[in-house]
Amino acid sequence: MFSLRLPIPIENTLITPPPKSNNNNTYNSSLCAHSYSSYSHSQTNRFLTVRNVALQKNGNSVGDSKDTMMQPFPEELNAEPLPRHVAVIMDGNGRWAKMRNLMPSAGHQAGAEALKEMVRLCASWGIKVLTVFAFSTDNWVRPKVEVDFLMSLFEKTINSEIDVFIREGIRISVIGDASKLPSSLIRMIKYAEESTKENSRLQLIVAVSYSGKYDVVQACRSVAKKVKDGILDLEEINEGIIEQELETNCTEFPNPDLLIRTSGELRVSNFLLWQLAYTELYFDGALWPDFGKEEFVEALSSFQQRKRRFGGR
Amino acid sequence: MQISNGYTVHLLEGLYCYLRRLLFKVLCVGTVPNHIAFIMDGNRRFAKKNNLAEGEGHKAGFSALLSILRYCYELGVKYVTVYAFSIDNFRRKPKDVQILMELMRQKIEELLQQESIINEYGVRLHFIGNISMLSEPVRVAVDKAMRVTAHNNHRVLLICVAYTSRDEMVHAVYQSCKQKWSHLNGEEPSKAVKNGGIEKVKGIEDKVEKHSVPPPSSCSLIELVDFERNMYMAVAPDPDILIRTSGEARLSNFLLWQAGTCPLYAPSSLWPEIGLRHLVLAVLNFQKYHHYLENKKEKKKHKNF
Repeated sequence: MFSLRLPIPIENTLITPPPKSNNNNTYNSSLCAHSYSSYSHSQTNRFLTVRNVALQKNGNSVGDSKDTMMQPFPEELNAEPLPRHVAVIMDGNGRWAKMRNLMPSAGHQAGAEALKEMVRLCASWGIKVLTVFAFSTDNWVRPKVEVDFLMSLFEKTINSEIDVFIREGIRISVIGDASKLPSSLIRMIKYAEESTKENSRLQLIVAVSYSGKYDVVQACRSVAKKVKDGILDLEEINEGIIEQELETNCTEFPNPDLLIRTSGELRVSNFLLWQLAYTELYFDGALWPDFGKEEFVEALSSFQQRKRRFGGR
Repeated sequence: MQISNGYTVHLLEGLYCYLRRLLFKVLCVGTVPNHIAFIMDGNRRFAKKNNLAEGEGHKAGFSALLSILRYCYELGVKYVTVYAFSIDNFRRKPKDVQILMELMRQKIEELLQQESIINEYGVRLHFIGNISMLSEPVRVAVDKAMRVTAHNNHRVLLICVAYTSRDEMVHAVYQSCKQKWSHLNGEEPSKAVKNGGIEKVKGIEDKVEKHSVPPPSSCSLIELVDFERNMYMAVAPDPDILIRTSGEARLSNFLLWQAGTCPLYAPSSLWPEIGLRHLVLAVLNFQKYHHYLENKKEKKKHKNF
């Protein structure tokens, strides 16, 4: 039941992803052939699954043609209560690829598509904040080629989605320790954050090189510095003061109402520790690339049945 | 007839005990968790379900706690932590809070009696939380319990009262700043630091190493070590399993820092209904997880060569 699957579980050495094919519109072809040359096209077609993903020549985007951004609100759900802030530990990409005899990078590509779908659903259904655990501080110990691939995937995905985010009112924020990120990715992040900072339909917070403990410790260091500099009195230190210094101070709603972890692992793996104090936890057995609308509706339905007492009656 | 019934019951109890010990011997072939934490949820629902008076659910919960402690200590678990009363619980009706405070005081006294499990297993008691928030009779009982059991060193029971994880972290920051501030002003370091402060436990250096926290900058005042040393829970290693009864899947501000990577288990039974089977299942799952972790470490070692 348990494993040490971190948000980006990679077990095999990655290879460089192939350039996008311009001749084929199918989702399958964007992931198949070329560099995965040991597998035939037909095999890849058999293994890959497609979930409500808009098809486009240059790959899938959150808001594609014919206003596919808006997904109708599911009948199975009540209008209230809906979580204002949903957090997701996107676990299972590596296993998804392994099950299909694909390279792990294919799992991450598929995971990126699942994330785009998730963003689309949250924006459609009125969820205000979506925080995703993309890369943990513990993931830095992975082989360099794997880490480099992931960094380039983040950069490529942000780059391909910026225009859509701007158009669809989605604000992107990135939290985590930026000191180890490649400078090109840091520049891309800054540009994306700046370009979308006025948007208010949905805030997508991507945790990269992040850990809950790192977040709490950096907040405490900031508080300590304020005490040292005389800006803050020692006796004034309280929960609110610390919360203001956490990386989630980039949003009005820093505490998730619902945390979803895919792939069946039953732990929070050092994600948003402080912020998860009263969060409803939902563990789904589906691997992240297979987590789609159906699974999300189930998670939301489970949330709607929870009785949240916050310690009182 | 009565004598024969009594004899039969005694025999069955003996057999049950024997089978349980056998089961534990089998479990001990794998790794036994060093520390299990429990969120004892569902006492009030148990009372309602069984048409019991206010407070009776918690009494049943206390009996369940004694059973679970016995199972844990028999199995070889050294540390058990229980979430007995949250700071948030003070928001309940004053009458309910008063009943719970009085129950707490009574049960602490019971625990200290000669024939209790505390003496049987040599259990040291720690009360974890903002103890100053408790009523005076409870505070007196708490101080006595910690003093009287301070020499015990076979097992440990940590009872979280007037506790929330966030409050614990605020306290840790406050204490760390106070110590650093005194140091910077050239004053005498606070008593806590001078007297060795919170008792260090074996493995705290391990805790520091495995955290991926960036190195402090030149103007940073608090180190991870300072922070962890000042946590109420610094007297124990991190839990290996966190179990919450009654089927609720949330942490409710309990051990957020310590249980960050810990497997969670949420049986649907209410706390007074918790039994041996829940503990065994939780331990089996832990052993599977632990086995996977060890395999992963081995593979990594071989890869590096």
